[in-house]
Amino acid sequence: MPPRLCSLCGTAKAIIKRPKTGSQVCKDCFFEVFETEVHNTIIENGGIFKRGDKVAIGASGGKDSTVLAHVMSTLNTRYDYGLDLFLLSIDEGITGYRDDSLETVKQNQIEYGLPLKILSYDELYGWTMDKIVSQIGKKNNCTFCGVFRRQALDRGAAQLGVSHIVTGHNADDIAETVLMNTLVTESEDTIKRSKPFKYAYEKEIVMYAYFKKLTYFSTECIYSPDAYRGHARVFLKDLEAIRPSAIIDIIHSGETFQLDESVKSGMKALQNCLRCGYISSNDLCKACALLEGLEQGLDKSAIKTSQEGAAPAPSGQRTIPFYNRAKAEIAI
Amino acid sequence: MTVSTTQLQQETIPSKVTTQPSEEISINLEFGGGLHLLFDSQPKHKVSLPKRLTQDEDKAGDDKPVNVKYLIRWMKDNLLSERVEMFGDGDGVRPGILVLINDTDWELEGELDYQIQQGDEIVFISTLHGG
Repeated sequence: MPPRLCSLCGTAKAIIKRPKTGSQVCKDCFFEVFETEVHNTIIENGGIFKRGDKVAIGASGGKDSTVLAHVMSTLNTRYDYGLDLFLLSIDEGITGYRDDSLETVKQNQIEYGLPLKILSYDELYGWTMDKIVSQIGKKNNCTFCGVFRRQALDRGAAQLGVSHIVTGHNADDIAETVLMNTLVTESEDTIKRSKPFKYAYEKEIVMYAYFKKLTYFSTECIYSPDAYRGHARVFLKDLEAIRPSAIIDIIHSGETFQLDESVKSGMKALQNCLRCGYISSNDLCKACALLEGLEQGLDKSAIKTSQEGAAPAPSGQRTIPFYNRAKAEIAI
Repeated sequence: MTVSTTQLQQETIPSKVTTQPSEEISINLEFGGGLHLLFDSQPKHKVSLPKRLTQDEDKAGDDKPVNVKYLIRWMKDNLLSERVEMFGDGDGVRPGILVLINDTDWELEGELDYQIQQGDEIVFISTLHGG
């Protein structure tokens, strides 16, 4: 069989079939269209950045954020965005998992010459995930990790003085979120967040990393070995196998979803957590409530600690340092 | 350096091929994205396959060249050290596992029907682990 030629340049051998379009492209054209599409996502609707912005790249050492660091760095130079880029990593304190993946981030720091900030759960909350799991068990520990990570990213960004965080969430991730109907929880941000890969297929991100020889970390989390085997993910991959555009179609349906005014008016207004100052829809933010449960020595029932409470924590308990960043605009 | 077409042709003409059912070819497999954990934690494997198969593709024979469908079944039976469901799905691989044949997306190479050649490099990469 003669080699198939690139549908864009017509001369080089095609090396990938693009899931988004079904077209076959060569390596150089693939790099170019992939990077250009991310650039288009960045500049659409007036652009997500302003010249001179300080922007943190949420970096886990995994495939998406490793490719994001590479592409952001490349585009910032190529298109002269004028951004001040940083790498921001959260160390959850998971021995044999996060400590290894942070080595990948340190490698990125050197390769792209970007300053790196690592903020640990231990430093912020006084608890590592290892310690949390030893107290509450393996069930539900993802809830703690997720709540703590979200707030840690904001706090790390505030410490860096950045106004914007970009994360490596890709089209598959966002379609999964739409399917699971959890988009609404996106509204508790305090620092602007963007997803330059929101229209980039996971397949292309992995292929990009492969052909650019980017090294990333891909071990599954030891406390949640089955997390990536979720039903929604498997369902999506099956859909994609039948009709690749399904991913983008689902994202578009999520983007056109609008909350009725009567629903919006029934939602709790956002306030600041009485105890730590972080944005919250209750007296206490979720992280403060979870921390109080842990400090009380509760097992997995710590997850149910009430978010109604007083500003001072029960005496003798550790608390989260006060978050005094001005309330930023909240994008839904 | 310029190389004349005749030189190239001379270099790539294979030595005389005699097809015996017992003849084998050797290929290289590589696992990325954490998939090596299912294969004795070794990212690279060199394996031998029969060069030709029987008509129903289930064992060595002299009816048709060996293909990727045979390779995947062979891997499940001989190479996979655990959790077959994390790798295989029907005759193929799980959705979310990318396959490259000599650095080309297998979707451009005929997928399961691709006829494997001596020295081929076949890479399997999982996209399913965290980002």
